[in-house]
Amino acid sequence: MTLFNHSAKELQQLLHNKEVSAVELTDEAFRRIGKVDGDVKAFLALNEEQAKARAAELDNTPADQRGPLHGLPVGVKDNIVTQGLETTCASRMLGGFDPIYNATAATKLDDAGLITVGKVNMDEFAMGGSTENSYYKKTANPWNLDYVPGGSSGGSAAAVAAGEVPFTLGSDTGGSIRQPAAYCGVVGMKPTYGRVSRYGLVAFASSLDQIGPITRTVEDNAFLLSAISGHDPYDSTSFDIEVPDFASALTGDIKGLKIGIASEYLGEGVGEASRNAVKDAIKVLESLGAEVEEVSLPHTKYALPAYYLLSSSEASSNLARFDGIRYGYRAEGIENLEDLYKQTRSEGFGDEVKTRIMLGTFALSSGFYDAYYKKAQKVRTLVRDDFTNAFEKYDVVIGPTSPTAAFKIGEQIDDPLTMYANDILTIPVNLAGVPAISIPCGFDNGLPLGLQVIGRHFDESTVYRVAHAFEQATDFHKRMPEIREGLER
Amino acid sequence: MAAITKDQVKHVANLARLAITEEEAEHYTEKLASIIEFAEQLNEVDTSGVEPTTHPVPLVNVLREDEPSKGLDRDLMLKNVPEHEDGMVKVPSILG
Amino acid sequence: MNFETVIGLEVHVELKTDSKIFSPAPNHFGAGPNTNTHVIDLGYPGVLPVLNKRAVEFAMKAAMALNCEINQETKFDRKNYFYPDNPKAYQISQFDKPIGEHGWIEIEVEGKKKRIGITRLHLEEDAGKLNHTDNGYSLVDYNRQGTPLIEIVSEPDIRTPEEAYAYLEKLKSIIQYTGVSDVKMEEGSLRCDANISLRPYGQEEFGTKAELKNLNSFNFVRRGLEHEQKRQAEVLLAGGIIEQETRRFDESTGKTLLMRVKEGSDDYRYFPEPDLTDLSIDDEWMERIRAEIPELPDARQARYVNELGLPAYDAMVLTLTKDMSDFFDATVQAGADAKLASNWLMGEVSAYMNTNQKELSDTGLTPNNLAGMIKLIEEGTISSKIAKKVFKELADNGGDAEKIVKEKGLVQISDEGELLKVVTEVLDNNQQSIDDFKEGKDRAVGFLVGQVMKATKGQANPPLVNKLINQEIRKR
Repeated sequence: MTLFNHSAKELQQLLHNKEVSAVELTDEAFRRIGKVDGDVKAFLALNEEQAKARAAELDNTPADQRGPLHGLPVGVKDNIVTQGLETTCASRMLGGFDPIYNATAATKLDDAGLITVGKVNMDEFAMGGSTENSYYKKTANPWNLDYVPGGSSGGSAAAVAAGEVPFTLGSDTGGSIRQPAAYCGVVGMKPTYGRVSRYGLVAFASSLDQIGPITRTVEDNAFLLSAISGHDPYDSTSFDIEVPDFASALTGDIKGLKIGIASEYLGEGVGEASRNAVKDAIKVLESLGAEVEEVSLPHTKYALPAYYLLSSSEASSNLARFDGIRYGYRAEGIENLEDLYKQTRSEGFGDEVKTRIMLGTFALSSGFYDAYYKKAQKVRTLVRDDFTNAFEKYDVVIGPTSPTAAFKIGEQIDDPLTMYANDILTIPVNLAGVPAISIPCGFDNGLPLGLQVIGRHFDESTVYRVAHAFEQATDFHKRMPEIREGLER
Repeated sequence: MAAITKDQVKHVANLARLAITEEEAEHYTEKLASIIEFAEQLNEVDTSGVEPTTHPVPLVNVLREDEPSKGLDRDLMLKNVPEHEDGMVKVPSILG
Repeated sequence: MNFETVIGLEVHVELKTDSKIFSPAPNHFGAGPNTNTHVIDLGYPGVLPVLNKRAVEFAMKAAMALNCEINQETKFDRKNYFYPDNPKAYQISQFDKPIGEHGWIEIEVEGKKKRIGITRLHLEEDAGKLNHTDNGYSLVDYNRQGTPLIEIVSEPDIRTPEEAYAYLEKLKSIIQYTGVSDVKMEEGSLRCDANISLRPYGQEEFGTKAELKNLNSFNFVRRGLEHEQKRQAEVLLAGGIIEQETRRFDESTGKTLLMRVKEGSDDYRYFPEPDLTDLSIDDEWMERIRAEIPELPDARQARYVNELGLPAYDAMVLTLTKDMSDFFDATVQAGADAKLASNWLMGEVSAYMNTNQKELSDTGLTPNNLAGMIKLIEEGTISSKIAKKVFKELADNGGDAEKIVKEKGLVQISDEGELLKVVTEVLDNNQQSIDDFKEGKDRAVGFLVGQVMKATKGQANPPLVNKLINQEIRKR
């Protein structure tokens, strides 16, 4: 059993009534991690000493100065730079890397009174959809340890699903928050591009990356997003726009709301279980008074190839800085510069990262730029226009988060195109920069399925409202995987 | 014709400063070729007159004022540097 | 066969902002290694650039001063290449939309004026500095990384090394006037690479060009180009072909040496920088910056010649630096005669600055005190000789010329009666000189004048002394 089947609100109440202290909650996180993480393998680095000291400090904060997340433990994806806490991006390249500055999102966690208990696993440099591309360990799906937790924020989703921590931060470039949230039966939000500062998020694809929260409930998610959002003078692409109190949008009332169901999201390549779960979800939403109609996002099919060209191109440039000179892994016994670059990078990066660096280098290289990179940028415009058009008529667009539930560890690792296809329903959202959430909406053979709710730019409030109304009308979120608490690691 | 040849893969690996063995070159040629072939379907889309998108949400003229801060403490700056000398970062010779 | 030389210059100029182009780290020359950095400059994982507004405005200002059209919708791009002085392995630069395009400047060589086109002026970040050791490794100092830089690319309009030299002088002068850079080659705030090719006269297409590097002064640019021009002509005349290559100028021999042959063009994989927003420069912003540009050297020269009646040579020398030209204008404004002010600034003032290695602003001189001194000369209150003393005092310690003259009793003696007494006395004591004069040795007069000046501590009015001696000696 874990205390973290409680919501933030409930935990805050326990803190308020002094039934539990921040120190005890922190202890509980480390206890639970100690018991189950040997199986789940969500954590890469633990921050035990500092977390406990911080918890003791936070217990002294007067009640009237406490926010809704005060004194609660949080896990942070390992591509978010944390000063004084090893940050590896799950890559050999950054083994032992000790950041000398803090990501803005990490600072905001501190400001909200959250306690960072550790760094969670991911696909190396966030490239992958199963967390199997981590150099360090393969995280398991808490619902069935033979299955992947999804990715790239697999550690973030699994840690919450396994009750190790109540919340985590993930990052989402093509579905990396929503897809693992769906696979692990938790709530994952990819905010509008520009809502959360990317400063200190180790860049994969700069024009697509966003940090977002993974939580057990929609309300917790809304609290956490409010805490990490806002303009950052250190991120030119972060918007100077008011951050609403997202939790206040959770009225439960979606009467008359216009919801589009993306017909392409129920088409070819989408599994029956996912389709049926979404069809059931539509009935729930209609029963709550929403108007649901089919809407077409005609360029959906082309989002996937456009995404792979664009994200890999940006990655090829973003990851060029890892050269063994200023930080991170450095190949041994090298006499000249060119060899140092090549050996360091060949040894430091894994197969998938190298594949994408080469793909991106190719797409940007002389003679191919127009045919691949620029073409993909134009298709991106069309994908974004699809959403713009849909949002003229609908308040949100929904669909499955993923075509299927989680797959077995090792099942798809040698088949990149099959693996990539798991993201066909999440990628268009990143290309368009719009916000989208995944919430639990069913099970397939004991593995969770996710419903995706997509909104207009900077209208996370409506997305949350719909997600919350659905959540309250169903009980998928109340189910937790049964994980046997093993021996201490 | 293959979407990408082994020679092109070697060229691209060199541009990206990745050392690849002959065996790896074959592996990546196969892997990249299947991805690039898949990407070719973008040619089905008529993009004439369509502007390319770099930023998903448009924003212009984000600028900062010219106000200096203190430079980074050098010991901190050198903290993660594998090799340094006299406060500078050591790199092997360019030619070798 | 005769060849026509075709030269194009690429000039990099560091902008004098307080902070770097994309980070708040201090931007100044001469700090200890790696003390002016920020995690952003070091390309730390996760960092992002934010554009310095003043860097943009300085680039706009330079572009306008060089008669460029401003691209009102512009953006930044990444130029990808690996090098230890380039921490992110990409340089943020501008590729297809430079901030300025289609500019020109006018040069003058051997009295002939010529317009040299400027293809583009773009804004980018400078790289760190690589120090090579003798032990098979190099040491990197990232202080310079992120210094705002403008790259100014000329059209291949330059035909001789002399024109190249004149172009650089002019370019430097204009940029210096705008105040956006120190343009000091010795500190690296101005750097130049040159492209040079030869073609037979009358041939339309360009020959294969060589790129010259390590040109550390304008003189070396000229000498490097002269040597390269000769070398290429010799190769061509011997039936050889010119390889597209990069050559370095060797200062000790004055020759250019092969660095590397270019194999195809480098593949920099430019693409739009996703971490920065686009720039949209509206008319109002542009006009505000245009209004900040001071009167430029060409306009000042014309004004000096046409309105102040100065010789063209004076106008050219006075406008070499903005400091000097501003000082001159203010001195004339304060009431000094333009030609006298010009003479003093080009003569004594420049000599003083040279001898003492001082900038104008580091001396005690002000336009007001210099004008005051010039007025005293014009009025005949002090002689030119005394003026030199006054000048030294003003330059060393500042102050007011009239006051110095009074306090030190340096007023010129122009009283004929008073001077006659001295002249009589000198003649009385120098019979030999009188005899010499009578024998036709004119220089005896010079000696006698000298004696009078000595007796009056230099305060005697020289023309008057001359007149009196000539008059008195004949009476003997």
